[in-house]
Amino acid sequence: MAEPVLALQGLHKRFGGVVATDDLNLEVRPGEIHALIGPNGAGKTTVIGQICGEITPDSGRILFAGADITALSFAERVRRGLARTFQIVQLLDDDTTLENVALAVQAAQGHSFRFWTDARLDRRRTDRARALLGEVGLPQERWRVRASDLSHGERKQLELAIALARNPKLLLLDEPMAGLGAAESLRMTEVLRGLKGRIPMLLVEHDMDAVFALADRVSVLVSGRCIASGLPEAIRADPVVREAYLAEEEA
Amino acid sequence: MRDRLLLPLLLAVAVAVPWVAEAFGTPATVGLATRIAIYAIAAASLNLVLGFGGLVSFGHAAYFGLGGYTVGILWEHFRLGEPFLGIIPGSADLLVTFPSALLVGGLAAAAIGALSLRTSGVQFIMITLAFAQMVYFLFVSLAVYGGDDGLMIRRTNAFLGLNLRDPATMYWLSLGVLVVWLWLLGRIVRSRFGRVVEGVRQSERRMAAIGISTYPYKLAAFTISGMGCAAAGALWANYARFVSPDMMHWTKSGELMIMVILGGMGTLLGPVLGSAALVGLEYLLSGLTEHWQFVLGPILVLIVLFARKGLISLLPARGRLRHG
Repeated sequence: MAEPVLALQGLHKRFGGVVATDDLNLEVRPGEIHALIGPNGAGKTTVIGQICGEITPDSGRILFAGADITALSFAERVRRGLARTFQIVQLLDDDTTLENVALAVQAAQGHSFRFWTDARLDRRRTDRARALLGEVGLPQERWRVRASDLSHGERKQLELAIALARNPKLLLLDEPMAGLGAAESLRMTEVLRGLKGRIPMLLVEHDMDAVFALADRVSVLVSGRCIASGLPEAIRADPVVREAYLAEEEA
Repeated sequence: MRDRLLLPLLLAVAVAVPWVAEAFGTPATVGLATRIAIYAIAAASLNLVLGFGGLVSFGHAAYFGLGGYTVGILWEHFRLGEPFLGIIPGSADLLVTFPSALLVGGLAAAAIGALSLRTSGVQFIMITLAFAQMVYFLFVSLAVYGGDDGLMIRRTNAFLGLNLRDPATMYWLSLGVLVVWLWLLGRIVRSRFGRVVEGVRQSERRMAAIGISTYPYKLAAFTISGMGCAAAGALWANYARFVSPDMMHWTKSGELMIMVILGGMGTLLGPVLGSAALVGLEYLLSGLTEHWQFVLGPILVLIVLFARKGLISLLPARGRLRHG
């Protein structure tokens, strides 16, 4: 079997008396979408935080593309090919849609100690940014709008375009459907399906329709522990999972 | 089209100040305009970190003072004929003292910035303030260079055969430095580097998520900003022919911040307007009453209330030179 893109080995994290991540082992293999589901407070966002480097695990290792990245900063991990989106979208709100992506493209092109030329007139930034915005399906008339004036769904799409700027080796998606209407949710699912196979993803999501439409493998997190991991059909049928989670969701 | 003419028009008015002052028989106006130009250089420099980068430095008077003292100390050693620290000869030529001031200001800002930028938020405000006060007390205790009393510079620097003692010449020099500095800052904030600095203000988290470690960029911006303040200080030393620790007092750092906020943060011309407003009001009010600060306070409050984004928001859009 091919070497996993991402491997979490024996990850532990506690916040005071709360165990947020409890001996977690998890893998994302090349080309797959691995969904991480679980009830609220199961510690899903804490896992994403540890993978990207915003939260330091108490123990355990994180291997990415064959290297141990546990000690690296968030920005360094991103430079190695990790990309993420946030549950609560993080954008440069005073800048335009296009400029948000262009800055990410710029960051991917090396250092930014360039003081002289007008960055906005630099085609090397904007050409690629336009292509990325097209890829996530943001219509051209929204490119000159300030990020703060975009709708919630458009902001989610924009964040995805930014995450793609580096041709990432792994995409961490923290609830990409959260707060989206039914139509927007469907559109996002289609965009992600278009990326499937090309970019492996770890998908944290509450929208079960989206999870079962996209995921190749599903892991279930409850109180920081992975209680089940397997193919979507198997997880859907698993009585333990049903009791711990799915039944509650459906009710 | 009318907006497009605004900048050249402003510049033309600024250049004409000495002649207008002469025609109206108010020569003191030239000195006032010089002070406005010099403080505008310092405020525009602070604006690079404060307005564009969102880094609230409460210690930028330190670099203003260091720039001034570089000119003062080099003059002192030139006068005495003995080199500074036994190696660096004194000088009274602006072509030497001005770059020296930039160097000193840049080095100090790089050192202080390297330590301060490891913190953020309120901590950053306090640590920049603390460093500036350290520099202030260092110069208070330096009896060789006048300590508390400051240092007189009996002769202004030579500069390409110009007489800087002539108020109009000193004013045009200051205005020239201001214009060149604003032009450079304009290029910097539009560059790739400037885009990163503006990103830092908006969201450090977003910057990390696109793979940018912000520390080196913040440090570079802080250093450039310190150099600009030192340039202003070097001009001040020539204008006032006097430097003293008051140039670096924390209230001076506060004044620079007020100019930036009053004029418009993160805009190119805002700090110039802020400097004109603060220095101008101080001049007008102190001529009317001894208790001028009592009047200045409410006026500043009114300006901030009615022009939330600073005086610059009262100008037509294109004159603001704001991004986005």
